[in-house]
Amino acid sequence: MHRSITVTVNGQARTAEVEPRMLLVHFLREVLDLRGAHVGCDTTSCGVCAVLVDGVPVKSCTMFAVQVDGKSLTTVEGLAGNGQKHALQEGFKEEHGLQCGFCTPAMMLVASALLEENPNPSEREIRWAISGNLCRCTGYQNIVKAVQHAAATLHPQPAGRTE
Amino acid sequence: MFPSEFEYLAPATLDEALSLLAEHAEDAKVLAGGQSLIPLMKLRFAAPAILIDINGLPGLSHLQEDKRGRGFLRIGALVRNAALERSELLKARYPTMAAAAPLISDPIVRNQGTLVGSLVHADPQGDWGSVLLALEGEVVAKSATGERRIPATKFFDGPFTTVLRPDELAVEARVPAPGPRSFGTYLKLERKVGDFATVGVAVSVSTERGVVTRAGIGLTGVGPANIKAVDAEQALVGHRLTDKAIRRAAELAAAASEPRTDVRGSADYKREVVRVYVARGLHQALAAKAA
Repeated sequence: MHRSITVTVNGQARTAEVEPRMLLVHFLREVLDLRGAHVGCDTTSCGVCAVLVDGVPVKSCTMFAVQVDGKSLTTVEGLAGNGQKHALQEGFKEEHGLQCGFCTPAMMLVASALLEENPNPSEREIRWAISGNLCRCTGYQNIVKAVQHAAATLHPQPAGRTE
Repeated sequence: MFPSEFEYLAPATLDEALSLLAEHAEDAKVLAGGQSLIPLMKLRFAAPAILIDINGLPGLSHLQEDKRGRGFLRIGALVRNAALERSELLKARYPTMAAAAPLISDPIVRNQGTLVGSLVHADPQGDWGSVLLALEGEVVAKSATGERRIPATKFFDGPFTTVLRPDELAVEARVPAPGPRSFGTYLKLERKVGDFATVGVAVSVSTERGVVTRAGIGLTGVGPANIKAVDAEQALVGHRLTDKAIRRAAELAAAASEPRTDVRGSADYKREVVRVYVARGLHQALAAKAA
Protein backbone atom coordinates (compact mmCIF):
# COMPACT_ATOMS: atom_id res chain seq x y z
CA MET A 1 0.00 0.00 0.00
CA HIS A 2 1.53 3.32 -1.05
CA ARG A 3 1.56 6.41 1.11
CA SER A 4 1.72 10.00 0.04
CA ILE A 5 4.53 11.97 1.64
CA THR A 6 5.50 15.60 1.36
CA VAL A 7 9.05 16.56 2.12
CA THR A 8 10.91 19.83 1.84
CA VAL A 9 14.14 18.98 0.06
CA ASN A 10 16.75 21.71 -0.27
CA GLY A 11 14.00 24.27 0.30
CA GLN A 12 11.57 22.83 -2.23
CA ALA A 13 8.38 20.94 -1.29
CA ARG A 14 8.22 17.55 -2.98
CA THR A 15 5.28 15.18 -2.84
CA ALA A 16 5.37 11.54 -3.88
CA GLU A 17 3.64 8.22 -3.42
CA VAL A 18 5.99 5.71 -1.85
CA GLU A 19 5.93 2.16 -0.61
CA PRO A 20 6.54 2.09 3.15
CA ARG A 21 9.55 -0.15 2.66
CA MET A 22 11.28 2.33 0.38
CA LEU A 23 14.47 3.51 2.03
CA LEU A 24 15.15 7.23 2.14
CA VAL A 25 18.30 6.87 0.05
CA HIS A 26 16.32 5.24 -2.77
CA PHE A 27 13.62 7.89 -2.50
CA LEU A 28 16.25 10.60 -2.94
CA ARG A 29 18.16 8.89 -5.72
CA GLU A 30 15.41 7.25 -7.72
CA VAL A 31 12.26 9.23 -7.07
CA LEU A 32 13.73 12.73 -6.70
CA ASP A 33 16.77 12.04 -8.92
CA LEU A 34 19.15 13.46 -6.31
CA ARG A 35 22.20 11.25 -6.69
CA GLY A 36 24.45 12.91 -4.13
CA ALA A 37 23.46 10.50 -1.38
CA HIS A 38 25.43 7.38 -2.24
CA VAL A 39 24.86 3.74 -1.41
CA GLY A 40 28.07 2.33 -0.04
CA CYS A 41 27.94 -0.53 2.42
CA ASP A 42 24.15 -0.65 2.66
CA THR A 43 24.60 -1.93 6.22
CA THR A 44 24.68 1.28 8.32
CA SER A 45 28.46 1.23 8.54
CA CYS A 46 30.06 3.60 6.03
CA GLY A 47 28.07 6.84 6.24
CA VAL A 48 28.24 7.78 2.54
CA CYS A 49 24.42 7.94 2.41
CA ALA A 50 24.21 10.59 5.14
CA VAL A 51 21.85 13.51 4.59
CA LEU A 52 20.45 16.11 6.97
CA VAL A 53 16.91 15.66 8.31
CA ASP A 54 15.84 18.84 10.07
CA GLY A 55 19.54 19.71 10.21
CA VAL A 56 20.61 16.43 11.81
CA PRO A 57 22.80 13.91 9.95
CA VAL A 58 21.13 10.54 9.43
CA LYS A 59 22.06 7.51 7.38
CA SER A 60 19.48 7.53 4.61
CA CYS A 61 19.98 3.79 4.02
CA THR A 62 18.70 3.21 7.56
CA MET A 63 15.53 5.24 7.46
CA PHE A 64 12.32 4.78 5.52
CA ALA A 65 11.11 7.55 3.25
CA VAL A 66 7.75 7.55 5.07
CA GLN A 67 9.59 8.59 8.25
CA VAL A 68 10.55 11.98 6.79
CA ASP A 69 7.01 12.98 5.84
CA GLY A 70 6.65 16.65 6.81
CA LYS A 71 10.35 17.10 7.49
CA SER A 72 13.00 19.28 5.93
CA LEU A 73 15.95 17.63 4.19
CA THR A 74 19.27 18.90 2.98
CA THR A 75 21.30 16.92 0.48
CA VAL A 76 24.63 17.87 -1.03
CA GLU A 77 22.74 19.34 -3.99
CA GLY A 78 21.41 21.96 -1.57
CA LEU A 79 24.74 23.07 -0.14
CA ALA A 80 25.65 25.58 -2.82
CA GLY A 81 23.46 28.66 -3.11
CA ASN A 82 23.00 31.26 -5.84
CA GLY A 83 25.77 29.82 -7.96
CA GLN A 84 28.19 30.20 -5.05
CA LYS A 85 30.03 27.21 -3.66
CA HIS A 86 29.45 26.55 0.03
CA ALA A 87 32.47 27.27 2.21
CA LEU A 88 32.87 23.54 2.73
CA GLN A 89 32.93 22.87 -1.00
CA GLU A 90 35.55 25.58 -1.35
CA GLY A 91 37.47 24.07 1.55
CA PHE A 92 37.43 20.56 0.07
CA LYS A 93 38.66 22.01 -3.22
CA GLU A 94 41.39 24.15 -1.69
CA GLU A 95 42.69 21.52 0.72
CA HIS A 96 42.33 18.53 -1.63
CA GLY A 97 39.79 17.00 0.75
CA LEU A 98 38.69 14.44 -1.82
CA GLN A 99 40.17 11.95 -4.19
CA CYS A 100 37.54 9.59 -5.61
CA GLY A 101 34.76 11.74 -4.19
CA PHE A 102 32.46 8.91 -3.14
CA CYS A 103 32.39 9.87 0.55
CA THR A 104 32.50 13.61 -0.11
CA PRO A 105 28.80 14.60 -0.19
CA ALA A 106 28.09 12.95 3.17
CA MET A 107 31.37 14.20 4.61
CA MET A 108 30.44 17.79 3.73
CA LEU A 109 26.90 17.47 5.08
CA VAL A 110 28.10 16.02 8.38
CA ALA A 111 30.72 18.79 8.57
CA SER A 112 28.07 21.43 7.86
CA ALA A 113 25.97 20.13 10.76
CA LEU A 114 29.06 20.24 12.97
CA LEU A 115 29.86 23.85 12.01
CA GLU A 116 26.24 24.81 12.61
CA GLU A 117 26.49 23.52 16.19
CA ASN A 118 30.14 24.36 16.80
CA PRO A 119 31.46 27.10 14.48
CA ASN A 120 35.03 26.80 15.66
CA PRO A 121 35.73 23.11 16.26
CA SER A 122 39.10 21.75 17.33
CA GLU A 123 40.79 19.11 15.20
CA ARG A 124 39.71 16.50 17.72
CA GLU A 125 36.09 17.64 17.50
CA ILE A 126 36.19 17.50 13.70
CA ARG A 127 37.62 13.98 13.76
CA TRP A 128 34.99 12.93 16.29
CA ALA A 129 32.17 14.39 14.19
CA ILE A 130 33.23 12.59 11.01
CA SER A 131 34.06 9.31 12.74
CA GLY A 132 30.91 7.75 11.28
CA ASN A 133 32.01 8.54 7.72
CA LEU A 134 34.47 6.24 6.01
CA CYS A 135 36.94 7.52 3.44
CA ARG A 136 39.20 4.97 1.77
CA CYS A 137 41.33 7.48 -0.15
CA THR A 138 42.51 10.47 1.80
CA GLY A 139 43.55 9.21 5.20
CA TYR A 140 41.27 12.00 6.50
CA GLN A 141 44.10 14.50 6.93
CA ASN A 142 42.96 16.77 4.13
CA ILE A 143 39.31 16.33 5.03
CA VAL A 144 40.09 17.74 8.47
CA LYS A 145 41.98 20.61 6.83
CA ALA A 146 39.06 21.23 4.48
CA VAL A 147 36.66 21.55 7.40
CA GLN A 148 39.09 23.85 9.20
CA HIS A 149 39.34 25.92 6.01
CA ALA A 150 35.56 26.22 5.88
CA ALA A 151 35.33 27.10 9.58
CA ALA A 152 37.91 29.85 9.10
CA THR A 153 35.99 31.20 6.09
CA LEU A 154 32.63 31.17 7.82
CA HIS A 155 33.89 32.47 11.15
CA PRO A 156 37.20 34.31 10.65
CA GLN A 157 37.31 35.32 14.33
CA PRO A 158 38.53 34.05 16.70
CA ALA A 159 41.44 32.03 15.35
CA GLY A 160 41.09 28.24 15.38
CA ARG A 161 41.65 26.71 18.77
CA THR A 162 44.51 24.33 19.29
CA GLU A 163 44.34 21.19 21.38
CA MET B 1 18.73 -4.24 0.01
CA PHE B 2 15.00 -4.05 0.40
CA PRO B 3 13.00 -5.13 3.41
CA SER B 4 9.94 -7.33 2.91
CA GLU B 5 6.70 -5.47 2.42
CA PHE B 6 4.99 -4.21 5.52
CA GLU B 7 2.13 -2.00 6.54
CA TYR B 8 3.29 1.25 8.13
CA LEU B 9 1.31 2.68 11.02
CA ALA B 10 2.19 5.95 12.72
CA PRO B 11 -0.02 6.41 15.78
CA ALA B 12 -0.32 9.90 17.24
CA THR B 13 -0.93 8.92 20.86
CA LEU B 14 0.41 6.32 23.27
CA ASP B 15 -3.07 4.81 23.74
CA GLU B 16 -3.42 4.41 20.02
CA ALA B 17 0.00 2.76 19.81
CA LEU B 18 -0.83 0.36 22.63
CA SER B 19 -4.12 -0.66 21.09
CA LEU B 20 -2.40 -1.27 17.75
CA LEU B 21 0.15 -3.42 19.56
CA ALA B 22 -2.63 -5.32 21.32
CA GLU B 23 -4.35 -5.89 17.99
CA HIS B 24 -1.32 -6.97 15.97
CA ALA B 25 0.97 -8.35 18.71
CA GLU B 26 3.19 -11.02 17.07
CA ASP B 27 2.85 -9.54 13.58
CA ALA B 28 4.10 -6.09 14.56
CA LYS B 29 7.43 -4.52 15.38
CA VAL B 30 7.93 -1.11 16.97
CA LEU B 31 10.07 1.43 15.13
CA ALA B 32 11.89 4.00 17.28
CA GLY B 33 15.44 4.91 16.16
CA GLY B 34 15.47 1.99 13.77
CA GLN B 35 19.25 1.67 13.81
CA SER B 36 19.09 -2.01 14.73
CA LEU B 37 15.66 -2.94 13.38
CA ILE B 38 16.00 -1.48 9.88
CA PRO B 39 19.32 -3.24 9.18
CA LEU B 40 17.71 -6.49 10.35
CA MET B 41 14.72 -5.87 8.08
CA LYS B 42 17.01 -5.15 5.14
CA LEU B 43 18.78 -8.45 5.75
CA ARG B 44 15.31 -10.01 6.20
CA PHE B 45 16.23 -11.44 9.57
CA ALA B 46 13.17 -9.48 10.62
CA ALA B 47 10.11 -9.29 8.38
CA PRO B 48 7.26 -7.80 10.40
CA ALA B 49 3.92 -7.52 8.62
CA ILE B 50 3.24 -4.29 10.49
CA LEU B 51 5.60 -1.56 11.54
CA ILE B 52 4.38 0.73 14.30
CA ASP B 53 6.37 3.96 14.20
CA ILE B 54 6.38 5.56 17.66
CA ASN B 55 8.45 8.60 16.66
CA GLY B 56 5.37 10.80 16.57
CA LEU B 57 4.24 9.93 20.09
CA PRO B 58 4.37 12.74 22.64
CA GLY B 59 5.83 12.25 26.12
CA LEU B 60 8.60 9.78 25.35
CA SER B 61 11.54 12.17 24.94
CA HIS B 62 12.17 12.93 28.60
CA LEU B 63 15.61 12.63 30.20
CA GLN B 64 15.20 13.76 33.78
CA GLU B 65 15.55 12.82 37.41
CA ASP B 66 12.59 11.91 39.55
CA LYS B 67 12.96 12.64 43.26
CA ARG B 68 10.42 10.10 44.46
CA GLY B 69 11.74 7.45 46.84
CA ARG B 70 15.54 7.31 46.69
CA GLY B 71 15.38 9.06 43.34
CA PHE B 72 15.92 7.75 39.83
CA LEU B 73 16.73 8.82 36.31
CA ARG B 74 14.04 8.43 33.66
CA ILE B 75 15.06 7.87 30.05
CA GLY B 76 12.12 8.01 27.64
CA ALA B 77 11.87 5.61 24.71
CA LEU B 78 12.60 8.37 22.19
CA VAL B 79 15.70 9.79 23.87
CA ARG B 80 18.44 9.51 21.25
CA ASN B 81 21.96 8.43 22.06
CA ALA B 82 23.17 11.83 20.84
CA ALA B 83 21.10 13.49 23.59
CA LEU B 84 22.62 11.14 26.17
CA GLU B 85 26.10 11.92 24.86
CA ARG B 86 25.49 15.68 25.24
CA SER B 87 23.69 15.48 28.59
CA GLU B 88 25.27 17.53 31.39
CA LEU B 89 23.07 15.65 33.86
CA LEU B 90 24.70 12.34 32.91
CA LYS B 91 28.19 13.83 33.12
CA ALA B 92 27.49 15.19 36.59
CA ARG B 93 25.52 12.33 38.10
CA TYR B 94 25.62 9.16 35.98
CA PRO B 95 29.26 8.64 34.95
CA THR B 96 28.80 5.06 33.74
CA MET B 97 26.14 6.24 31.30
CA ALA B 98 28.11 9.35 30.35
CA ALA B 99 31.10 7.15 29.53
CA ALA B 100 29.03 4.68 27.49
CA ALA B 101 26.98 7.14 25.41
CA PRO B 102 29.81 8.41 23.16
CA LEU B 103 30.92 4.82 22.53
CA ILE B 104 27.61 3.66 21.08
CA SER B 105 28.10 3.00 17.36
CA ASP B 106 29.05 6.21 15.50
CA PRO B 107 27.87 9.84 15.66
CA ILE B 108 25.36 9.55 12.80
CA VAL B 109 23.76 6.42 14.24
CA ARG B 110 23.64 8.08 17.67
CA ASN B 111 21.48 10.84 16.20
CA GLN B 112 18.74 8.27 15.65
CA GLY B 113 19.35 5.27 17.91
CA THR B 114 17.80 5.15 21.37
CA LEU B 115 18.82 3.59 24.68
CA VAL B 116 15.46 1.91 25.21
CA GLY B 117 15.52 0.55 21.65
CA SER B 118 18.95 -0.91 22.28
CA LEU B 119 17.69 -2.65 25.44
CA VAL B 120 14.67 -4.08 23.65
CA HIS B 121 16.82 -5.25 20.73
CA ALA B 122 18.85 -7.18 23.35
CA ASP B 123 21.91 -7.75 21.23
CA PRO B 124 24.46 -9.45 23.54
CA GLN B 125 26.94 -6.97 22.10
CA GLY B 126 24.73 -4.02 22.96
CA ASP B 127 26.40 -1.64 25.39
CA TRP B 128 23.37 -0.30 27.23
CA GLY B 129 22.33 -3.71 28.54
CA SER B 130 25.56 -4.01 30.53
CA VAL B 131 25.19 -0.47 31.82
CA LEU B 132 21.64 -1.11 32.98
CA LEU B 133 22.71 -4.35 34.69
CA ALA B 134 25.61 -2.64 36.46
CA LEU B 135 23.38 0.23 37.62
CA GLU B 136 20.49 -2.09 38.52
CA GLY B 137 18.05 -0.20 36.38
CA GLU B 138 14.68 -1.29 35.12
CA VAL B 139 12.46 -1.07 32.08
CA VAL B 140 8.93 0.32 32.24
CA ALA B 141 6.61 -1.59 29.91
CA LYS B 142 3.10 -0.48 29.04
CA SER B 143 0.31 -2.36 27.36
CA ALA B 144 -3.36 -1.70 26.76
CA THR B 145 -4.07 -3.58 29.99
CA GLY B 146 -1.51 -2.04 32.32
CA GLU B 147 2.03 -1.21 33.21
CA ARG B 148 4.86 -3.15 34.81
CA ARG B 149 8.43 -2.41 35.83
CA ILE B 150 10.93 -5.08 34.88
CA PRO B 151 14.33 -5.13 36.62
CA ALA B 152 17.27 -5.30 34.21
CA THR B 153 18.31 -8.58 35.83
CA LYS B 154 15.02 -10.14 34.69
CA PHE B 155 14.66 -8.28 31.39
CA PHE B 156 17.11 -10.13 29.14
CA ASP B 157 16.17 -13.65 28.18
CA GLY B 158 18.98 -14.65 25.84
CA PRO B 159 20.36 -13.33 22.58
CA PHE B 160 17.96 -10.83 20.97
CA THR B 161 15.28 -11.91 23.42
CA THR B 162 13.62 -10.13 26.32
CA VAL B 163 10.69 -10.90 28.57
CA LEU B 164 8.61 -8.15 26.94
CA ARG B 165 5.26 -9.45 25.70
CA PRO B 166 4.35 -8.75 22.08
CA ASP B 167 1.60 -6.36 23.19
CA GLU B 168 3.94 -4.37 25.45
CA LEU B 169 5.80 -1.19 24.61
CA ALA B 170 8.96 -0.30 26.53
CA VAL B 171 8.24 3.36 27.27
CA GLU B 172 11.07 4.19 29.62
CA ALA B 173 14.26 2.95 31.26
CA ARG B 174 15.03 3.87 34.85
CA VAL B 175 18.31 4.02 36.70
CA PRO B 176 18.53 4.54 40.48
CA ALA B 177 20.03 7.85 41.59
CA PRO B 178 23.64 7.45 42.70
CA GLY B 179 24.62 7.59 46.36
CA PRO B 180 26.73 10.50 47.61
CA ARG B 181 30.05 8.79 46.93
CA SER B 182 29.60 6.95 43.69
CA PHE B 183 31.70 6.46 40.63
CA GLY B 184 31.40 4.54 37.42
CA THR B 185 32.70 4.19 33.93
CA TYR B 186 32.30 2.19 30.76
CA LEU B 187 35.29 0.79 28.94
CA LYS B 188 34.92 -0.59 25.46
CA LEU B 189 37.38 -2.28 23.16
CA GLU B 190 36.34 -1.88 19.54
CA ARG B 191 38.23 -2.43 16.32
CA LYS B 192 36.97 0.84 14.89
CA VAL B 193 34.34 3.47 15.58
CA GLY B 194 30.94 1.98 14.92
CA ASP B 195 31.96 -1.63 15.41
CA PHE B 196 30.33 -3.76 18.05
CA ALA B 197 32.29 -4.24 21.25
CA THR B 198 35.01 -6.86 21.23
CA VAL B 199 34.58 -6.46 24.99
CA GLY B 200 32.73 -3.84 26.99
CA VAL B 201 32.76 -3.43 30.76
CA ALA B 202 30.41 -1.26 32.82
CA VAL B 203 31.56 -0.49 36.34
CA SER B 204 29.70 1.33 39.11
CA VAL B 205 30.76 1.61 42.75
CA SER B 206 29.39 3.39 45.81
CA THR B 207 31.42 3.74 48.98
CA GLU B 208 31.01 4.94 52.54
CA ARG B 209 34.13 5.87 54.49
CA GLY B 210 36.18 4.07 51.87
CA VAL B 211 34.22 0.83 52.12
CA VAL B 212 32.25 -0.39 49.12
CA THR B 213 28.51 -0.41 49.84
CA ARG B 214 27.33 -1.26 46.34
CA ALA B 215 29.13 -2.56 43.27
CA GLY B 216 27.81 -3.11 39.77
CA ILE B 217 29.71 -4.81 36.96
CA GLY B 218 28.18 -5.53 33.55
CA LEU B 219 29.92 -7.31 30.67
CA THR B 220 29.30 -6.79 26.94
CA GLY B 221 30.09 -9.10 24.07
CA VAL B 222 31.33 -12.02 26.16
CA GLY B 223 28.27 -14.24 26.42
CA PRO B 224 24.88 -15.08 24.92
CA ALA B 225 23.47 -12.01 26.68
CA ASN B 226 24.85 -9.11 28.68
CA ILE B 227 26.28 -10.53 31.89
CA LYS B 228 26.02 -9.16 35.41
CA ALA B 229 29.20 -10.29 37.18
CA VAL B 230 27.48 -10.96 40.50
CA ASP B 231 30.35 -12.81 42.20
CA ALA B 232 32.73 -9.99 41.42
CA GLU B 233 30.24 -7.42 42.73
CA GLN B 234 29.69 -9.32 45.97
CA ALA B 235 33.43 -9.76 46.49
CA LEU B 236 33.77 -5.98 46.59
CA VAL B 237 30.93 -5.11 48.94
CA GLY B 238 32.13 -4.53 52.51
CA HIS B 239 35.74 -4.12 51.42
CA ARG B 240 38.02 -1.22 50.62
CA LEU B 241 39.14 -0.83 47.02
CA THR B 242 42.60 -2.22 47.69
CA ASP B 243 44.78 -3.63 44.92
CA LYS B 244 44.01 -7.07 46.26
CA ALA B 245 40.23 -6.56 46.30
CA ILE B 246 40.33 -5.12 42.79
CA ARG B 247 42.44 -8.01 41.52
CA ARG B 248 40.05 -10.52 43.06
CA ALA B 249 36.97 -8.85 41.57
CA ALA B 250 38.61 -8.65 38.14
CA GLU B 251 39.41 -12.36 38.23
CA LEU B 252 35.86 -13.24 39.27
CA ALA B 253 34.42 -11.09 36.47
CA ALA B 254 36.70 -12.79 33.94
CA ALA B 255 35.54 -16.15 35.26
CA ALA B 256 31.90 -15.08 34.84
CA SER B 257 32.42 -14.22 31.17
CA GLU B 258 31.57 -16.77 28.51
CA PRO B 259 33.33 -15.40 25.43
CA ARG B 260 33.55 -17.20 22.12
CA THR B 261 36.35 -17.05 19.62
CA ASP B 262 35.35 -15.01 16.59
CA VAL B 263 36.69 -12.47 14.14
CA ARG B 264 37.12 -9.95 16.98
CA GLY B 265 39.43 -12.16 19.03
CA SER B 266 39.90 -15.47 20.78
CA ALA B 267 37.90 -16.46 23.83
CA ASP B 268 41.05 -16.36 25.97
CA TYR B 269 41.91 -12.89 24.76
CA LYS B 270 38.44 -11.52 25.48
CA ARG B 271 38.43 -13.06 28.95
CA GLU B 272 41.75 -11.38 29.63
CA VAL B 273 40.37 -8.04 28.41
CA VAL B 274 37.47 -8.43 30.85
CA ARG B 275 39.95 -8.92 33.68
CA VAL B 276 42.06 -5.93 32.66
CA TYR B 277 39.08 -3.63 32.07
CA VAL B 278 37.33 -4.46 35.34
CA ALA B 279 40.56 -3.76 37.21
CA ARG B 280 41.11 -0.56 35.22
CA GLY B 281 37.57 0.64 35.86
CA LEU B 282 37.85 -0.02 39.59
CA HIS B 283 41.23 1.72 39.78
CA GLN B 284 39.62 4.71 38.07
CA ALA B 285 36.90 4.61 40.71
CA LEU B 286 39.52 4.66 43.41
CA ALA B 287 41.37 7.55 41.76
CA ALA B 288 38.16 9.55 41.32
CA LYS B 289 37.41 9.24 45.01
CA ALA B 290 40.92 10.20 46.03
CA ALA B 291 40.65 13.37 43.94
